[in-house]
Amino acid sequence: MSAAAESALPAAGEDHPRYVLRLADTSLVLGQRLCEWVGHAPALEEDLALGNIALDLIGQARLLLAHAGRIEGRGREEDQLAFLRDAPEFYNVALAEQPNGDFGATIVRQALLDAWQLELYHSLTASADERLAEIAAKALKECRYHWRFSCGWLVRLGDGTAESHARAQEALEALWRFTEELITPDALDVRMASLGIAPPLAVVRARWEARIAAALKEATLRQPSSHHYPWHGKSGVHTEHLGHLLGQMQHLQRTYPGVTW
Amino acid sequence: MSGQTSSDATPLERRVWETLEAVLDPEIPVLSVVELGIVRHVRRADDGRLHVGITPTYSGCPATEVIERSIREALEQEGLSEVVIDTVLWPAWTSQWLSEAGRRKLEAFGIAVERSPSRPLACPRCGSGAVERLSEFGSTPCKAHYRCTSCLEPFDTFKCI
Repeated sequence: MSAAAESALPAAGEDHPRYVLRLADTSLVLGQRLCEWVGHAPALEEDLALGNIALDLIGQARLLLAHAGRIEGRGREEDQLAFLRDAPEFYNVALAEQPNGDFGATIVRQALLDAWQLELYHSLTASADERLAEIAAKALKECRYHWRFSCGWLVRLGDGTAESHARAQEALEALWRFTEELITPDALDVRMASLGIAPPLAVVRARWEARIAAALKEATLRQPSSHHYPWHGKSGVHTEHLGHLLGQMQHLQRTYPGVTW
Repeated sequence: MSGQTSSDATPLERRVWETLEAVLDPEIPVLSVVELGIVRHVRRADDGRLHVGITPTYSGCPATEVIERSIREALEQEGLSEVVIDTVLWPAWTSQWLSEAGRRKLEAFGIAVERSPSRPLACPRCGSGAVERLSEFGSTPCKAHYRCTSCLEPFDTFKCI
């Protein structure tokens, strides 16, 4: 981004890089989770699909991390941000860090998050942060086919055999409580929306809910009744699973600081 | 619109475009970076340095870094070492920027090209239109996986995005 465009940004202080890190970390953590499937998926085509989606997500995360580092202005680059922060300094939504479980649980988690990223990035293409709007426009193209994949499988599993239906429904019940924070604004979301950097989450919420309700209906799955437990992954309060994920992801850089290929 | 030499390009800019026409995509080594449509601009900027704008095909495409390095090396061999590579994200790359020559090379290489999501594909080996998609994902982010039900050969397809 040019210096002129940078200075034209609304003054947002530390809020702004923090908000961009939320987006970056959600993509990074979800991408890392999907990488765990490589070599283990039920069929070669699904193995390639999950690996490809992970690659897109990690690519999006790199663009977002680099942008967050730039606007933060403390000289932290994408690698430092990815590999040298601890769990409380990660701001991804807690749904992204939940373990893969079986293929059905991975698909349910993916569909819930794909639909959310699709709607969020769609709105972010109009962000007052020009670079963020550009990254969102790029990511949006990829989120569209991610959603086609996860929604397609959600319907096939939900409207499949008694076994696949039961497993998908069970995963949905277990993961639904983590969706609350996707669509409920906190103070930072509100401040970012007032500056035009983020969209009002109420807009994203309405579109996400409609998209998910239609997919669940087609999949013959029952939408759980309430969100009932608010997690605050985006404020750095995580489930125990994130620490284990980071332990694996950051092992090399923690053990050999500054290592290069 | 694919990135192309404009008619008012300076001799230097023309020379750079010609050099880039010989820089190949490492994953699809029949296609140049110009034919792929990822070179977005070549210009001498106000800072006096030569700027080459590159856009990634997909956010996570691992070839992007290799391509940047190949471009630098090719230009260095032309005596142009003070090159700035700009990463251009907007407008986002679309398969519509693949040049006509690029499409023909891909097809001759055995990779079908999806012109639009609704337009039927032909098998790049036997030409049959009896094909089916096995997966929207393939060996690289830019490709989908298909199978011909006439000659039974599987093949890659360059996705339309």
